[in-house]
Amino acid sequence: MRQKMRALMLVAPLLIFVVVTFIVPILSMLFRSVENEIVPNTIPGTVVALSEWDGSTGQPPHEDVYRNLYIDLFKAEEAKQHTRLGTRLNYEQTGVSSLFRTTGRSLDDIGELWQDPLEAIDPNFEEGSFWFEMMSGTGGEGFLEQRRELMAAMSDENMSGDVGFVPSAEIIEMLPWTARAYTDFALWAAIRDGDTVAEEDPWESVYGALGMDLTNPDTVSAINSYNGAGASALQAAAANIDQLPDFGFREAFTQEDEDWGNAEVWATIKLYSPSMTPGYFLNSVDMSLTPDGVKMKPDNQQIYTTLFTRTLVMALIITGSCILLGYPVAWLLANLPMRTASILMILVLLPFWTSLLVRTSAWKVLLQQQGVINEILVWLGFVDDADRLILMNNATGTVIAMTHILLPFMILPLYSVMKTIPPSYQRAAKSLGATNWTAFWRVYFPQSVPGIGAGSILVFILAIGYYITPEIVGGTDGVFISNRIAYHISSSLNWGLAAALGSILLVVVLGLYWCYDKIVGIDNVKLGG
Amino acid sequence: MQLIKTLTASTAMLVVATGAAYADDHMASDMTLVSWGGAYQNSQIKAYAEPYMEMNPGVSITWDESSNEAVAKLRAMNEANNVTWDLVDVVAADAMRLCDEGLAMEIDPDEVLADAPDGTSAEDDFGDLLVSDCFIPQIVYSTTFGYREDMVPAGTPAPTDICALFDTETYPGMRSLEKRPINNMEWALLCDGVAKDEVYSVLETEEGQQRALDKLATIKDSVIWWSAGADTPQLLADGEVFMGSTYNGRLFSAIVEQDQPIAMLWDAQVFDLDGWIIPAGLPEDRLNRVLDFVKFATDTQRLADQAKYISYGPARFSSAPLVGKHAELGIDMAPHMPTDPENAKNTFLYNYEFWADYRDDIDAKFQAWLAQ
Amino acid sequence: MNEVISYVRRPELMTFTMPLVALLGAMFGFITGNIFGSPWIGFVLGAAVGAALAFVFSKIVKMKSKQKTLATAVVFGVVGLVFGGLGGLFGGFLVGISMGWFANWVGSGRYRAGVPIYYTPGQVLWHNAFLFICAFVFFFLIAPLLPVVWLSFNAENFFTFTPEMLSFKAEGYSLKHYRDFLGTDEWMVPLKNSLIIAPIATLISVSLGTLAAIGLSQSHVPGRQAMMAVLISPMIVPLIISATGMFFFYAPLGNWLELQLGLNQAFVGYVKVILAHAVLGIPFVIITVTATLVGFDKSLTRAAANMGANPVTTFFKVQMPLILPGVISGGLFAFITSFDEVVVVLFVGSARQQTLPWQMYTGLREQISPTILAAATILVSVSILLLLTVELLRRRSERLRGMSPG
Repeated sequence: MRQKMRALMLVAPLLIFVVVTFIVPILSMLFRSVENEIVPNTIPGTVVALSEWDGSTGQPPHEDVYRNLYIDLFKAEEAKQHTRLGTRLNYEQTGVSSLFRTTGRSLDDIGELWQDPLEAIDPNFEEGSFWFEMMSGTGGEGFLEQRRELMAAMSDENMSGDVGFVPSAEIIEMLPWTARAYTDFALWAAIRDGDTVAEEDPWESVYGALGMDLTNPDTVSAINSYNGAGASALQAAAANIDQLPDFGFREAFTQEDEDWGNAEVWATIKLYSPSMTPGYFLNSVDMSLTPDGVKMKPDNQQIYTTLFTRTLVMALIITGSCILLGYPVAWLLANLPMRTASILMILVLLPFWTSLLVRTSAWKVLLQQQGVINEILVWLGFVDDADRLILMNNATGTVIAMTHILLPFMILPLYSVMKTIPPSYQRAAKSLGATNWTAFWRVYFPQSVPGIGAGSILVFILAIGYYITPEIVGGTDGVFISNRIAYHISSSLNWGLAAALGSILLVVVLGLYWCYDKIVGIDNVKLGG
Repeated sequence: MQLIKTLTASTAMLVVATGAAYADDHMASDMTLVSWGGAYQNSQIKAYAEPYMEMNPGVSITWDESSNEAVAKLRAMNEANNVTWDLVDVVAADAMRLCDEGLAMEIDPDEVLADAPDGTSAEDDFGDLLVSDCFIPQIVYSTTFGYREDMVPAGTPAPTDICALFDTETYPGMRSLEKRPINNMEWALLCDGVAKDEVYSVLETEEGQQRALDKLATIKDSVIWWSAGADTPQLLADGEVFMGSTYNGRLFSAIVEQDQPIAMLWDAQVFDLDGWIIPAGLPEDRLNRVLDFVKFATDTQRLADQAKYISYGPARFSSAPLVGKHAELGIDMAPHMPTDPENAKNTFLYNYEFWADYRDDIDAKFQAWLAQ
Repeated sequence: MNEVISYVRRPELMTFTMPLVALLGAMFGFITGNIFGSPWIGFVLGAAVGAALAFVFSKIVKMKSKQKTLATAVVFGVVGLVFGGLGGLFGGFLVGISMGWFANWVGSGRYRAGVPIYYTPGQVLWHNAFLFICAFVFFFLIAPLLPVVWLSFNAENFFTFTPEMLSFKAEGYSLKHYRDFLGTDEWMVPLKNSLIIAPIATLISVSLGTLAAIGLSQSHVPGRQAMMAVLISPMIVPLIISATGMFFFYAPLGNWLELQLGLNQAFVGYVKVILAHAVLGIPFVIITVTATLVGFDKSLTRAAANMGANPVTTFFKVQMPLILPGVISGGLFAFITSFDEVVVVLFVGSARQQTLPWQMYTGLREQISPTILAAATILVSVSILLLLTVELLRRRSERLRGMSPG
């Protein structure tokens, strides 16, 4: 028991180190493949309102959805989050990105449709202090906290702190839209901008929200019997509803961009409103989640299954050619006298120690059409100058260069296994009358299988994760799935898709690792020494 | 457990010792500038950074050659709340993306940037080039073609038309094009008979996209796709390709500075801009330092000076007349600028808005097409 | 190969040596003839020259075989110079060396030197063919490094063999890329960074990894397979995924170190890259050290304990010297992992921690310049030295273990 504890104590520091600095970060990265919180976080009200909409009718959703969208988008625009949402949804439906971007720019204009007439009805509405007085009160602490949480989730910022404003419970009940818009404004002004709420002019969305409230007859009658702060201004507004725009927010939005009336856009938003989505995984196997269910992508957009198969097939070819080239060399090294073997070993280790980038560029110099190999062949007259061999910017280039780069990873484990095979077995077999071939094939080879296994698994795993070499010499049909992962991480910024592709790749590798462990045992992997 | 203690202690000591050795390295007034590396970054160092450091001996500048991944890295830094960059050089499309996402700071050109020597306000001096609220333009560059003069078949006139790209019979040999749809799709449509101002409306439709891909398919077998700016000049120098697209400054360097047998094909060159953005949310002291630098680095003289080292057009109107001779070779730089009237006879304007929307979609199709 | 027998019989000249050398000559003749457009004339001429060479060699007994080979090479080289200029000289010299060596090797019967006397001709042929295959693989491994060394002396800023280089004119060559590498901060700072980061990362992976491997090697450790899988995982996860995952872990960690502990930004940057690289190196240490420990004789530690040594003394005085080769070899793998790593450092590092591979990567992308090749050449030379050192160390450790080097 004490022994066990001691052993565990020895392993523990490293185990903790690897788990904390590697396993946890990787898992959290992979979690992005299903995570979709940006939609419910950025437009929470819209998502809730939209859940009641039936997309199959082909009709755009109810006015309520547009009102929520306006309130949600306005604060998202302040936090510059609406374009991120647009980018996210653009992965699923082309054009949503600009829809959100252009609408984001005109949200103020939409609010002003209500702001201008309201200020004309009662100039008090121009005053920040007036609004503050009207909206403040008691009993709205719970409401404030609720908006604060939503705001924090949306902006991904710490929104804690004193706002210097508590909405009045009475107003919340009487003017629900206005209360939401104003509380959002107050939170943003006080915490994010560090201003005093009472001194700031409210957002345009607050006026729009008041317009929403005033369309409700119950609200109008409540205003008429209201006698708190700002009662006279509100009553004046209620009495002059006819001066406010006679259309709703659906129309306001569709006037800015007709796509807002497109049921398809809304169906996409609804489809991607849960905080988890299988969408990225479906995308990474060339399928997509559409309002009509899971479908294959059109033929001209299918790419990932091709790439996965290609990656696996090419990794197999590379592993195969490494075995073919590595086996004889490892055998030679294992059977030569130590001193000669060590010197030859340097020839194996030297390329291994040369920067990967340098070796890849060396292959470029060798393989290209005006490269060394082609030049020599042309000079010798074996290849016509006009049709030189195409050795790179295709799968051939990737296979050649990667075989070279990974060959030491095959030779070293093979060598260390072969080193342990006693030559006497083979000799015994021969003295019993076996031919050279039989002695090798029936006696020696089976004993070297663990080495082949170790080398293969190493080469195969390393090969499917490579991307720099295929990027440089692979052209179009020699690139791997890792190239796409790298592309989505650094260029298209579709990290969810990258994580999904990576997860699939990782599952494949882990599956292989598991098989290998079952068949050969991971303890048998040896590198040199 | 003596052993673990000893090992941990010695490791910790080593780490701390190294830390101490580097502790004084980080001066209070250090700025990290992000750029593209290579000749372009060099021109920035020569034209702005060195004179600035001479004037402000306390300031030191660290260059990070990460502009290629700037958007991804800035987004990640922002998500992790750890923005280590002070000023980032990006192309206009990336600046817009960063601005949209709130990753770059919005600036008021008149307040932040210097006026022209004649008193014209910065906003007027940069004019239309201020394509985004966050963007401080430095240069106008173009993506255009270079071809090997010695590979033009005997008796054939040198190519003057962009559509030589698709004419593999008259001009045999490989071509190199960038491994992305942007620019290539436009050129394909132009050479498929689409009028210049209709390119983007055609490209909006499925049929138009297919049409562009079909046109590209006619030369697919003779294209080497590049992804790094240095590729085309290298391929041209090797004689690997007959013609290839790249940034005009790279071609200038290969032709004039490296003396390669390459010539420019300016037809249908695609103008684009490159400039600075300031990351959003910098602390006060760093922000002030950066603003001071930016004001200096983008004034009329500095932008004109940059053109001594690289053949990109200065983004200010007032800088254009000051463009002089190459710093080492002493040749006139003006005829090598993409904006020179002789070169800009037929230019193509890149539509940022269109690509912001269609990038993902068309890229998926383009990549699938490449993989077929 | 203990059954090497030194008795060598000289083969028949007419029926064996001459035809074989003639065959090789015919092959070279075919290739050479091809250059001038008439391969078959070359074939016949080559065969004749080969046969003559074999005949002449067998008649001259006084010269040493090396001298014969050299003489052949010189003659062929001069002929090549006459017909094909400088390239011909070079090609002729190579062909001459091969032909001379081959004629000697076959003619003197040394081709049987490596095989038992009782081997049939077929087996001898296979044995020698096998050696040629191995030689080809070694050539495949090393050959790509040669243009790297050659091009690093290019006078131009491209990765291209210029006509001046091919005709060996002095103006085609220059040391400017070496000056660029050794003389500018652009390269020296990354080199310095690499030399700070790689050793410390290696030290961490080696110290923690060796301890863990010792722990894992003890019998009946619970959950051994699972722990092994976790420790090996950094090698298994595709690098690009590790890189992004680590970025999101290290950025907040860096913030915390800077803001809460008040550490300086540059220092924290190094810590991040070092830790990331240490993790990547761990699987190599675990694998090599575990492998060494499999062959470790446990009775030695028990004997030490019996004699009153405490565990720490036992470890340093008994266990450590014996598993040292495994530790060193694991350490070398870990070192090279860090020293050649570009993907993770691109994400985790910032400009101040720019390492050599990072600089090479941006160099390749933004300005293809042979400076990278100069850097590589210097590094290759350094690694040859290092490998030789390791080899010497290994021989020493074998002496310590009481094994005699073969």
